[in-house]
Amino acid sequence: MNYALFAEQFLNGIQLGMVLFLLAAGLTLIFGIMDLVNLAHGSLYMLGAYYAATFTEMTGSFVLGLVIAVPVMIVSGIVLEIVAIRTLYRRDHLDHVLATFGLILFFRELVRIFWGSAGRSIPLPDYLSGAVALPLGIDYPVYRLLIIVLGLAVALGLYLLVQRTRIGMLIRAGASNREMAGALGVNIPLLYTLIFGIGAGLAGFSGMIIAPLTAANIGMGDTVLIQALVVIVIGGIGSIRGAFVSSLLIGLIDTLGRSFLDDLMALFLPVNAAEAAGPALSSMLIYILMAAILFFRPQGLFPPKGAKA
Amino acid sequence: MSAVITLPRVVAALVLALCGIMPYLAPAVGEPFLIGLFARAMIWGIAALSLNLILGYGGMVSFGHAVYLGVASYTIGIFAFHGVTDAWIQWPVALGISAFVAFIFGAISLRTRGVYFIMITLALSQMFYYLARSAEMYGSDDGLTISRRSDLGISWLNLNNRVTLYYVIFFCLLLSLFILWRLVNSRFGMVIRGIKSNETRMEGIGIATYRYKLAAFVIAGTMCGLAGILEANFEKFVSPDTLNWPRSGEMIFMIVLGGMGSLFGPVIGAVVYWLLQDVLSDITEYWQIIFGPLLILIVLFARGGIVGVLHGKRRDA
Repeated sequence: MNYALFAEQFLNGIQLGMVLFLLAAGLTLIFGIMDLVNLAHGSLYMLGAYYAATFTEMTGSFVLGLVIAVPVMIVSGIVLEIVAIRTLYRRDHLDHVLATFGLILFFRELVRIFWGSAGRSIPLPDYLSGAVALPLGIDYPVYRLLIIVLGLAVALGLYLLVQRTRIGMLIRAGASNREMAGALGVNIPLLYTLIFGIGAGLAGFSGMIIAPLTAANIGMGDTVLIQALVVIVIGGIGSIRGAFVSSLLIGLIDTLGRSFLDDLMALFLPVNAAEAAGPALSSMLIYILMAAILFFRPQGLFPPKGAKA
Repeated sequence: MSAVITLPRVVAALVLALCGIMPYLAPAVGEPFLIGLFARAMIWGIAALSLNLILGYGGMVSFGHAVYLGVASYTIGIFAFHGVTDAWIQWPVALGISAFVAFIFGAISLRTRGVYFIMITLALSQMFYYLARSAEMYGSDDGLTISRRSDLGISWLNLNNRVTLYYVIFFCLLLSLFILWRLVNSRFGMVIRGIKSNETRMEGIGIATYRYKLAAFVIAGTMCGLAGILEANFEKFVSPDTLNWPRSGEMIFMIVLGGMGSLFGPVIGAVVYWLLQDVLSDITEYWQIIFGPLLILIVLFARGGIVGVLHGKRRDA
């Protein structure tokens, strides 16, 4: 195992963690405050990627495409909340799961109608497609580094929004006691719509920034949704801090596991056995970790105050 | 429960009768494809029935039920791949593996409640999806073609005969219905239903609820394994998508469509589901654009499903 390769995979792990965090933050916010299980979150991620592809084509610039796609994504989220999600709040979790599963089917087909079954790749501008020389002789793609920086920036922005602004205060109030906040004059329905819009924007944004690496495609939301669910379950549902820590944890374990587990296992297993079992085990690693954590802490690592599992 | 003959029961009997005569009815009305459609619907009906035990009666929203079907299908496929087609070896092992997986997953996930339970069952089931995808020897992403069906060793029960296979599936459906009917009306079933309405109170009267829930979970997983065995023999193919989570979602959809917590509901739901899919895909290639919103409307306005509508009430209390 050479050092530069490890460093590169380590950064890749952090990059995956950042994408997962953007997705999981919205998911955990929506669940923590609105008590809504939103399986369609992965569809919003997919929709974001397709928006980015279209607006990049129209404007000829990826950055400009993103600038247009993010507000469009937030508006799409708000419309979705008003049309379909709003009626679900008073229902139980099974209804949430089923209705949002219906939304997944709907969005998958919608994308097929508008964009076709083939994926859409997004070309990166020249200044983002090179590699950058990091200290200690590591070459790392600029764009992946940018994803990490963007992820950290959004995490910081979200922290400031929730902790330091008036809207954040309302969000926290709504999370800790919905009825009381409502009684004190907070417009709860409006707050919910806003939070769903923010969540949709975050999910869409993570899809947008990953699209140049993987291309926008129809199945992209399914895998990442499950990973994001693992993240918020491990982090403690409703906790943004927990989502941040466990996103990084999952991103690193998944990426490093895929790269190095077969080498590691070859230390104490025959080489062909390790090569056969490595990929299988590494793709199961995060689920095993989740099961182990839940066995000892059923409410996750950072359960928000007053949460019950 | 006062009247013996109620509308839902008449419909249930009609659906079962339809299942029973389809191999003769379908060619007679010139729609032979209906045989395959009904066979598939019955297999899914068994799976949905099994899930209904824990979901409808027990209130445990398991969102990874397709995994028990999938591991059983894969067991049949892997046996066939290595040349073992004896059903008396294949089937017990497949059921045993489904039961074992259900036991492990149940033991872990039943420690949690509510939304954690939904997400954990979902995530655990995905483990096997990724395992299947990375199993290069057994086709990984492309899936595994099963060259030979299970051999029951009885000359008049040759599964390569279309009609015989159909009636084996039909028999398994009746058997599952019978087992479930006995189960939910037994003391065990009472406890499971009691846990759904008030688990704390059940604990209060001295019942070890965790064990009951786990037992129900394992029974449901095993019964779903039976559906997996049948599907492997029917499709002669198994792929990672067999145990991917959208399939678990479809199973829940069938239950809700038919009527949650009613004995026949899931079977009616499965039959209607497949017919609906067939009709819609004739109308448009993009049938899911209708199917998805339809699911949402059913959730919002007809939670009792078809059985609930037949009962004349909008919501299953």
